Amino acid sequence: MKETKKYWKGLEQLQKTPGFEKYANKEFAQELPLGDSDGETSRRDFLKVMGFGVAAASLAACETPIKKAIPYVKKPVNVDPTIANYFASTYHSGSDQTSVVVKTREGRPIKIEGNKLSSVTGGGTSAQIEASVLSLYDQERLKGPAAKGKEVSWEELDANIKSELATASGPIYLVTNSLSSPSTKKVIEGFKNKYASLSHVAYDQNSVSGQLDANLAVFGKRALPSYDYSKAKTIVSFGYDFLGTGVNTPLANKQFAESRRLSASKKEMSRLYSFESILSLTGANADYRTPIRASEQGAYITSLYNTIAKETGGQVIDGLPSIDNQILSKAASDLLHAKGSSIVVSGSNDASIQMFVNAINAMLGNIGATIDFERHQNIRSGDDKAFGQFVKQLSSAGGVIFYNCNPVYDHPLGSKIAASLKNISFSVATTDRMDETNSLVSYLAPDHHYLEAWNDFEPVHGKYSLSQPAISNLFNTRQVQDSLLSWADMGVNYYDFLRTNWAENLASLSKKSILDFDAFWEECLHDGIFEPETVVTNEVDMDLSVLGKAAFNITKPSSFLELVIFENGTVGNGIQSNNPWLQEMSDPITKACWDNYLTVSPKQVEEWGTELGDMTTQMVNLTVNGQSLKLPVLPQPGQKYGTVGLAIGYGRSVAGKVGNQVGFNAYPMINVDEGGQLDFNIYANVTVEPTDEVYAIAQTQTHHTFMGRGNVIQEATLSEYQKDPQAGRHMPKIATSEGFKKPTAVSLWKGHQYANHHWGLMIDLNSCTGCGTCSIACQTENNISVIGKKEVLNRRDMAWIRIDRYYSSDSNGDSYADMEIAAENPEVTFQPMMCQHCNNASCETVCPVAATTHSSEGLNQMTYNRCIGTRYCANNCPYKVRRFNWFKFHDNEQFGDNLAMNNDLGKMVLNPDVTVRSRGVIEKCSFCVQRIQSGKLEAKKEGRRPVDGEITTACASSCPSEALVFGDMKDPKSRISKMLQIKSMDKGVEAQEPRAYHVLEELREMPNVWYLTKIRNKDEKKEAANAHS
Amino acid sequence: MSKKYIPNRGFKLATIFFLGIILATTAFSQEDVIDPAIIASGEKLYNANCTQCHAINEVVIGPALKGIEERRERPWLLSWIKNSQKVIESGDEYAVALYEKYKKVAMPAYPFTDAEIISVLEYIDVASKVVPQVAAVVVAGGENGAGGSNEGMSNTFMYAILIVFIFVLGLILVVLGLIISLLTKYIGTDKEVSHEDQELVIDQEVDVFAFLKSNTVLGMIIFIFVAVGLKTGIDGLFTIGVQQGYMPTQPIAYSHELHAGQYEIDCNYCHTGVRKSKSANIPSANICMNCHVAIKTESKEIQKIYAAIDYDPETGEYGEDTQPIEWVRVHNLPDLAYFNHSQHVKVGGLECETCHGPIKEMEVVYQYSNLTMGWCINCHRETNVKSKGNDYYTNLVELHNEKNTKEPMKVEDIGGLECSKCHY
Repeated sequence: MKETKKYWKGLEQLQKTPGFEKYANKEFAQELPLGDSDGETSRRDFLKVMGFGVAAASLAACETPIKKAIPYVKKPVNVDPTIANYFASTYHSGSDQTSVVVKTREGRPIKIEGNKLSSVTGGGTSAQIEASVLSLYDQERLKGPAAKGKEVSWEELDANIKSELATASGPIYLVTNSLSSPSTKKVIEGFKNKYASLSHVAYDQNSVSGQLDANLAVFGKRALPSYDYSKAKTIVSFGYDFLGTGVNTPLANKQFAESRRLSASKKEMSRLYSFESILSLTGANADYRTPIRASEQGAYITSLYNTIAKETGGQVIDGLPSIDNQILSKAASDLLHAKGSSIVVSGSNDASIQMFVNAINAMLGNIGATIDFERHQNIRSGDDKAFGQFVKQLSSAGGVIFYNCNPVYDHPLGSKIAASLKNISFSVATTDRMDETNSLVSYLAPDHHYLEAWNDFEPVHGKYSLSQPAISNLFNTRQVQDSLLSWADMGVNYYDFLRTNWAENLASLSKKSILDFDAFWEECLHDGIFEPETVVTNEVDMDLSVLGKAAFNITKPSSFLELVIFENGTVGNGIQSNNPWLQEMSDPITKACWDNYLTVSPKQVEEWGTELGDMTTQMVNLTVNGQSLKLPVLPQPGQKYGTVGLAIGYGRSVAGKVGNQVGFNAYPMINVDEGGQLDFNIYANVTVEPTDEVYAIAQTQTHHTFMGRGNVIQEATLSEYQKDPQAGRHMPKIATSEGFKKPTAVSLWKGHQYANHHWGLMIDLNSCTGCGTCSIACQTENNISVIGKKEVLNRRDMAWIRIDRYYSSDSNGDSYADMEIAAENPEVTFQPMMCQHCNNASCETVCPVAATTHSSEGLNQMTYNRCIGTRYCANNCPYKVRRFNWFKFHDNEQFGDNLAMNNDLGKMVLNPDVTVRSRGVIEKCSFCVQRIQSGKLEAKKEGRRPVDGEITTACASSCPSEALVFGDMKDPKSRISKMLQIKSMDKGVEAQEPRAYHVLEELREMPNVWYLTKIRNKDEKKEAANAHS
Repeated sequence: MSKKYIPNRGFKLATIFFLGIILATTAFSQEDVIDPAIIASGEKLYNANCTQCHAINEVVIGPALKGIEERRERPWLLSWIKNSQKVIESGDEYAVALYEKYKKVAMPAYPFTDAEIISVLEYIDVASKVVPQVAAVVVAGGENGAGGSNEGMSNTFMYAILIVFIFVLGLILVVLGLIISLLTKYIGTDKEVSHEDQELVIDQEVDVFAFLKSNTVLGMIIFIFVAVGLKTGIDGLFTIGVQQGYMPTQPIAYSHELHAGQYEIDCNYCHTGVRKSKSANIPSANICMNCHVAIKTESKEIQKIYAAIDYDPETGEYGEDTQPIEWVRVHNLPDLAYFNHSQHVKVGGLECETCHGPIKEMEVVYQYSNLTMGWCINCHRETNVKSKGNDYYTNLVELHNEKNTKEPMKVEDIGGLECSKCHY
């Protein structure tokens, strides 16, 4: 199997395109000097250099400028300069919310971490949560209230709005995303009491209204259940990307990884089936992935339903569209073997389909076991139909209040809303920045950023999460609830309102006797959460009779070109479009950034005759129901032929400097039926006309290639692993005079003896889902520059940790036919790759100025102030993890997108413990040496050894699936030492864990980063091959 | 054979002169450049015994000691310090006047040896020179003149000696040349000298210019110039950005000499972060107010604090119109270097004075150490790790003692010289 398996980073590599070949063997895409075509030094250059030299010398001789040291006038008791404070709070954006811990320095929030106490999130974060701290310091946030385009005071605004509300002729609408805040809901109730004509409508960008309706019909509850993937042995997903962009992804990732973690004592893992059209993160992690047409989903689900019904004695419904698919039958049999410990999910927004999914779960006994309707999720509650109704009636409304939402952009009926807004004299918006909606309204009442605000949430029924300000408001903004309270003349501020609500309604839920509410409140604020114990009965009423009617509505498979609209894992739904960290994060699957594009199967690209170059492609005209967009094509292995995919969240027109006109707006393409129901899959009237226009998509996928060296990914199937824990391991041997030896046994170097600490990182490829949260956590922690699309195209991306995404296929990809098969449905592996901190580092030996050296704790140190930019180290690094600062990215107008380093406000997000690098130096992962140093110092101050877990890297701490484990390999009790079963050897340490390996072990770099083999829960190849045929 | 004799005699003469001058200069320099060890011991004694009542530049209880030896002779000072009462009783006019002037507070008798007292006097002498001279790099206000630090001072002195020495050497060469030409003339005219000898001497072509123009001499001169030039250049480069002695004028004339020296207020009282955080922290105005709400309320400088914190001494109330005090930063490490106070003070157990110098005597704070990387590294090489009672180090010390029983564990031994300890 190993001999024929081939890994490739992208189609360019698979097909060995000239563009790929040109750069494959080069560390740097360009040579220095940049921009000079002749390369000769002219007399003018000489004079310039001389002039600079003289000026520099005389400048250096001058005195250093005066620096001021300005202390507090009155130092706050809890703030000590240079000591970080941590506050528990809750991230929220649109309909999403996650309990977090905010790290502040000198009163400035600089980093978001997960709240390990929260059972709702499992302590993880996502890329968008990590990046949200930069949005706080966005200069383009609104600076204060405005009325009809004029800046006004809050008093004036309140007076205006109150009189408008009182005199409004017609219904007033309050438009929100899903709200789960109990206190906010109370505020809105109070508002409604004051203004009886007010009605509240909620919508979600990534609507699950269909599923909510289905749940209401079957279980009598219009809510999303809580899933427990960790208990599931078999998971079947029909186009639902629960790992990448679903509801509460941090928890899903954690639970999924838990179900797949292997050890000597646990040799079983879950199996994930995915049936989907686009290649999603969930599909990429599936053991069995089947590309299907979007229109086939209904048929697949009903087939599965009938199979399960037959076996479990349920009601078999005749006349349903059915599909005969071996993988589906296999999934059905697996599900039947895992009754009560399986999960079937679908991403469809079609209530009929979701009813069948509910029925399947019910028949399998999953309801109450892995699917919990009692502690249901409140994160999505939008109602498509109600919203459709609202849009129809909007033009005759007396007024409308947009509560932190932007439906003109992020709802498919946005253009209708925009048109109606022109006829409405009274409209208010509370978003904290200009956007497509609030640029059309008459009054602006900007809300605080979530890091400046008080709030509470109930993301899961009965589990509460609190938000407290980590900084006082930067601008003259006001908490939206305070605005509502003051417009409703409720005479109380939101903080008091919130406290009162907790005192009256929530404190009593606590099992502990509460003598003093203040103490209870402080405890909740400290923890950020309040999760009172509740008795779960696991009793659900079920009504499967609705299926008969639903059966008529199941879509039949069609044969036209289909469009699938999805959310990606970077910019998400587009609320944080102006966040350059998210824009520059490469998409987990396509590895593209700063764009969206039409994902198309490679076969289809071939048919359209799209010419592909090195990161260039051609534009096509996409027409859906009369809506037209001209956008680039991106060939995506694994995409179902006959379907095309397009991500939402791009093509903003009023987002800010960074987000404007990046990509193409997919929201208007979403299908809306008469009743307002959204469908993200469009089955008909999708046409594509290729054009000759060339377009460049900045993809990082073939940057930093391993130059054809194999054995980077080592993997095995579960059954192979069960037989031999070392299965899939590549064990290179070096020929010596004494026979073949392990690479580590043959070394010129003496090796290192670490007396104090020996830091190491373990990465479990089986747990890593490739979500990319770590890359943003790293960017925030280590002040990594944003360089913009142009420079990414020049292959100068700065990420210290990148998630390598490898496709693999059993065919060897030599013949054209092989390539086509390979690209049709490849297996996917994610591999986080950062500096490996080699013990025999090849970078260290080539640095002419000793700017990169080895520390006595196993770190490969990079000293910027010593680096002269020869880049020898980067050339010599086999892992391609060293990054060169081609330009000065800070304080440079040409890199205006680098918000964190180019204006005073943005700079507040920088980590003061990490140097901002300047032009001409190499940088790379430091194992978060600043965290190591501060952790050690804390221990020294208390006269003890550091406790395991106290010192960890930003990537490891952010990882929702706990795939990265950082620790001291010298400490035998540390988690990493135990997991790797570290044993000390002559020339270093050896991991006894059979799955542990070093990437490119044969090079004898002896890294301090260990990878654990990827295990796929697949049957032996023979069976798999049969299944395919 | 004897052909080379005469020029050799010239060299011999030169050598004698040369040696003589060296001896003279060394003797001269020995007199003026005092052994640093003496100054150091003087400093210790001074800090331990004198600072309660004296400061160098300021009247405390007793007079300022600056230039004390210019005012009084050494023997008088010796007897005064040993027992001032005795001198007063003896009816010494100056002593009585002094006693009267300083409110009849008698200076206690000190049982020091002469050498000890001299060392204190030497220290005072050096310290008197230091303070005004450290204003070299004053930027704020720009009111102080140029000068060098103590070290710079002795360097300048050495250079002066060197220049004088070279000048004298040149003079000797010229004189020697003259003597030779005179002698030659004399031999040529003297009839008592035999003809043979005359020929021998007169035929000698002693051409000084030809000698000076010879490749050897030119080469040597060029070499010396290049070497001196390079040395000066490189030395100069090393001082770029080094602000040793930097003593800016601060917005409020706060005196460490008064607070930390005279009143012995613990550094930690104001610099609250020094044991727990990276920065020692410049105290916020509310810390000043702990005392100055009542002390020296009339002082102009204290009024500045009141203005900053918006305090009304009349009513004793604080207002909202606060204005932060913009101190001028004295110690400026480059951003690329990470320095943590708590590591050094709390963990390492260093005294503030180790790096900040005689802070208890500084009326105006100046940068005492040069804060260069070499200075940091040097200390990390020399300093023993304060491992006693700190479990963090227990294993490390054991490991160290297995290998090296003689030397205690230095910072260097546990990675204190590694780049990423300070640069990241």
